[in-house]
Amino acid sequence: MTDLPNSLRSQPDARGHFGDFGGRYVAETLMPLILDLERHYRAAQIDPEFKAEFDYLLKHYVGRPSPLWFAERLTEDLGGAKIYLKREDLNHTGAHKINNCIGQILLAKRMGKQKIIAETGAGQHGVATATVAALFGLPCTIFMGAVDVARQQPNVFRMKLLGAEVVAVESGAKTLKDAMNEALRHWVANVHDTFYIIGTVAGPHPYPELVRDFQSVIGTEAREQILEAEGRLPDMLIAPVGGGSNAIGLFHPFLDDESVEIVGVEAAGEGLEGKHAASLAGGKPGILHGNKTYLLQDEDGQITEAHSISAGLDYPGIGPEHSWLHDIGRARYVPVTDTEALASFQRLCKLEGIIPALESAHAIAAAERIAPTMDKDKIIIVNLSGRGDKDIFTVADALGVEL
Amino acid sequence: MTRFTTAFGKPHPALVAFITAGDPTPADTGAILDALVAGGADVIELGMPFTDPMADGPAIQAANLRSMAAGTRTADIFAIAAAFRSRHTDVPLVLMGYANPMTIRGGDWFAAECKKAGIDGVICVDIPAEEDPELGPALRAAGVDLIRLATPTTDAARLPAVLEGAGGFLYYVSVAGITGLQQAAQASIDEAVARLKATTDLPVAVGFGVRTPEQAAEIAKVADGVVVGSALVEIIAKHGADAPAHVEAFTRSLADAIHGAKEIAA
Repeated sequence: MTDLPNSLRSQPDARGHFGDFGGRYVAETLMPLILDLERHYRAAQIDPEFKAEFDYLLKHYVGRPSPLWFAERLTEDLGGAKIYLKREDLNHTGAHKINNCIGQILLAKRMGKQKIIAETGAGQHGVATATVAALFGLPCTIFMGAVDVARQQPNVFRMKLLGAEVVAVESGAKTLKDAMNEALRHWVANVHDTFYIIGTVAGPHPYPELVRDFQSVIGTEAREQILEAEGRLPDMLIAPVGGGSNAIGLFHPFLDDESVEIVGVEAAGEGLEGKHAASLAGGKPGILHGNKTYLLQDEDGQITEAHSISAGLDYPGIGPEHSWLHDIGRARYVPVTDTEALASFQRLCKLEGIIPALESAHAIAAAERIAPTMDKDKIIIVNLSGRGDKDIFTVADALGVEL
Repeated sequence: MTRFTTAFGKPHPALVAFITAGDPTPADTGAILDALVAGGADVIELGMPFTDPMADGPAIQAANLRSMAAGTRTADIFAIAAAFRSRHTDVPLVLMGYANPMTIRGGDWFAAECKKAGIDGVICVDIPAEEDPELGPALRAAGVDLIRLATPTTDAARLPAVLEGAGGFLYYVSVAGITGLQQAAQASIDEAVARLKATTDLPVAVGFGVRTPEQAAEIAKVADGVVVGSALVEIIAKHGADAPAHVEAFTRSLADAIHGAKEIAA
């Protein structure tokens, strides 16, 4: 590529495109609303009061900054590069998702919207959205595939405790993709008073940009923390990628640091020859849910079902900025299977006393593969995007343990 | 003179009838299309099934699922269209669907296939004017009309951008919502159609939520065309392979109501 911009941090362009990806592929009914959202976001970006309120809530409600933990026992066990864990699992509600929800509900308030909707897969984004809706006293409806409702009962109950209505979506495969379709259907019929809090760096522009900006607190903190701990930048960043919001949040503040290698981890499920959720490794560019990006699809452009043991990675697409970083070669994306993630899940519990989310366990697995090949003076930051309490039933099931 | 100008140049408003291609099977679609024409439909909209029909309500979602379960592929849809064109030389045929199946092999490929199959126009739900380069230039170069949607949220400032590069007719989506559910208030339709017709010379057809001949007749008093989809698709859902006779009877009731709603001076 010879036509790269001076900074890799200046995307997207004015039309919401990251290179060939991104954009605003929505029905005409939504288009004026998307444009309105963009206008309000531009105004919020330069409003010191918006930033002050966002920062206040992240500090006092979410509990930021999250620690950067030197995983000494894991490092010793692997015998290679030093591994630091960015502890997003210690945030209120137990994952990075809340960072974005705080930002978006402040936007909703700014736009005078009275109702909140969101889609959710495993329920983490649904819980985070229900949480901020409760905090701001706004009625909230969460769309969740009926299959996910059945297998994530604790999160369904959490959302209800927080005052949200949970709609079980019966269309399609009844998982995350279908929940997003149904949320879009609801939104199109209620655009006048409803704000849609999208949970990842996907959807029509400006969502991939604004979600990234709200999540970039992860990388901004990690950068300061590693400079303080080690006096230099890391050699590598590793993060799990479903839609990719925690990953872009960690990566974005480092994109212009050429010495920092960037690795995203896709869910390879049963393996790339079987059922998986690796859109970059096993998909090709297409248009879905408002943006152009890599998608799992057949030759006619029909979307195929994703699979991962981690419900949070179980989506047939990926955020458009990741597709762009992949195509220009700034980041590389590696697959990790269900089996590998399960093994790393258990190893981190025993070595560090941390139960990681299955999503995060994918990144740990990649670090375990890569760290031993690097010198001991090298540094890796792994995004521990969430805690694994929500996953203990899935893990027990996979290990043949009855609870 | 295109097939659209002929269809919308008749001395009465037009019935635009929608069904999903391949529902209940690709082999059944031809006879159902013939029933629409026999019942008096002036324009045919053929839906391309998609795994993720985000703008559609339950009736058309179910039609998409039936069609895909029957194994309908993109090649089958073009074959259905080409066969229709060989039987009906004058009735305009519109392909309606979502961006991904239309663009997966490139806009040029899709436009060429449409031309070859005798398709007159294309409606792509999720390519708004802002993303026109995806499909618009290829269709226009091939001489296939790109039919744009205007909605209750399309304000006067935005309308010119929506009309830029549009052809065939303007499809007014009368409710902010998905297909087949709520019905718009007649007054809001009257107002919107008047506003649209003051801005464009394209015929204006009104759809979404139109289910009965009575409703269709009210809309036809002001619009150039009325689109009916979910109500037809529900008949197909109920009768399956035996649908053509039922489809023809219902289409005739719609066509009689619409055609009789007002006389248009030649």
